[in-house]
Amino acid sequence: MNTDPALTAATVSTSAEVRRGLRLSSAAGLGLVPLGVAFGLLVAQAPLPWWTAPLLSTVVFAGSVELLLVSLIVAGTPLVSVAVTVFLLNFRHVFYAFSFPLRVVRSRPARLYSMGALIDEAYAIATTHRTGWTGPRLLAMQAALQVYWVFGGVVGVAAGSLLPAPIEGLEFALTALFIVLALDAARTRRQVPLVVMAAAAVVVGVAVAPGELLVTAFAVYVLFLIVAHLVARRGRDVGLPAEDPLEAAAVPVTDDPEEGRR
Amino acid sequence: MTVSAGYIVAVALVAGAVTFGLRALPFALLRPLRESLLVRRLAVWMPAGILTVLALVMLLDSAALAPGEPVDVRRLSYALLAAAVTVVVHLAAGRRTVLSIAAGTACYVVLVNLL
Repeated sequence: MNTDPALTAATVSTSAEVRRGLRLSSAAGLGLVPLGVAFGLLVAQAPLPWWTAPLLSTVVFAGSVELLLVSLIVAGTPLVSVAVTVFLLNFRHVFYAFSFPLRVVRSRPARLYSMGALIDEAYAIATTHRTGWTGPRLLAMQAALQVYWVFGGVVGVAAGSLLPAPIEGLEFALTALFIVLALDAARTRRQVPLVVMAAAAVVVGVAVAPGELLVTAFAVYVLFLIVAHLVARRGRDVGLPAEDPLEAAAVPVTDDPEEGRR
Repeated sequence: MTVSAGYIVAVALVAGAVTFGLRALPFALLRPLRESLLVRRLAVWMPAGILTVLALVMLLDSAALAPGEPVDVRRLSYALLAAAVTVVVHLAAGRRTVLSIAAGTACYVVLVNLL
């Protein structure tokens, strides 16, 4: 370890930090590119204009949401339903702020970019490598992830438009994606009731409002959760996973590193 | 049916604004959010259920001949079979997301086109 006081974080060369950020991003890139290609294929087969893929990947930049947006756009979903669906699907991001090292990014535009590009993969990389983050390293890592994602999407659109006829059934990729994500989210026994409540919410949605199935099922599911919360508040065990403990945010996220520890 | 460019741009802007808000606002509201028991519970309880709702609704969608149409029994059986393949590959081959999606999708494409 170099203890030379002259070589502090501020004087470490920016290009070396950018290279470190790029290296950290490469493993996630292996997964982002093929998923981006699948997204581009869906866009081309929908069929939507080719620029839909780079537009969504630039403005929204949220993998599973973008794949879903393709089918919502094709179905002509009202904008309010789009907003509700995106809100619920991305709600998990509310908790990313607690342990994401945004404090190392100094300039305001760079901070805005870093917050906007806080995708699951960026969060995972930032929190598995807890120390040593600098602004250039963090931004390079996030920008690289976005480049992989946009690139995959454009490759997918190009490949899809080269096919002589659309491949029927390719849209199942979206169904398979959510099956896989649900399996990864519900790994413990305590999460089984959540899956059961969600299935019940879909049944209610089919019975009550088949035309607005997605948003209705979401609403019913959240209603179930609020009821469970009210029951749990009375001190009863509802058989669901415990909430995040207050101390979960191990990394202080304020600008002043001392303030977070007080 | 052709989709208008204006509608696509509007969807992108709405989805982008909601996503940005969810990512950026918590940095400004760290303390109240962290202290709300309901928010902390929802953050843990929502992903598994929301993703299950999406998987089931998408499954019903792929079992219909067109979005919003009634479910076709033959398609439903193909979709359920492909869903089972996705689950088995995901659990048996070490949760490799892209591999599981490819296996399930390939299975569904073959069933729909060759049977």
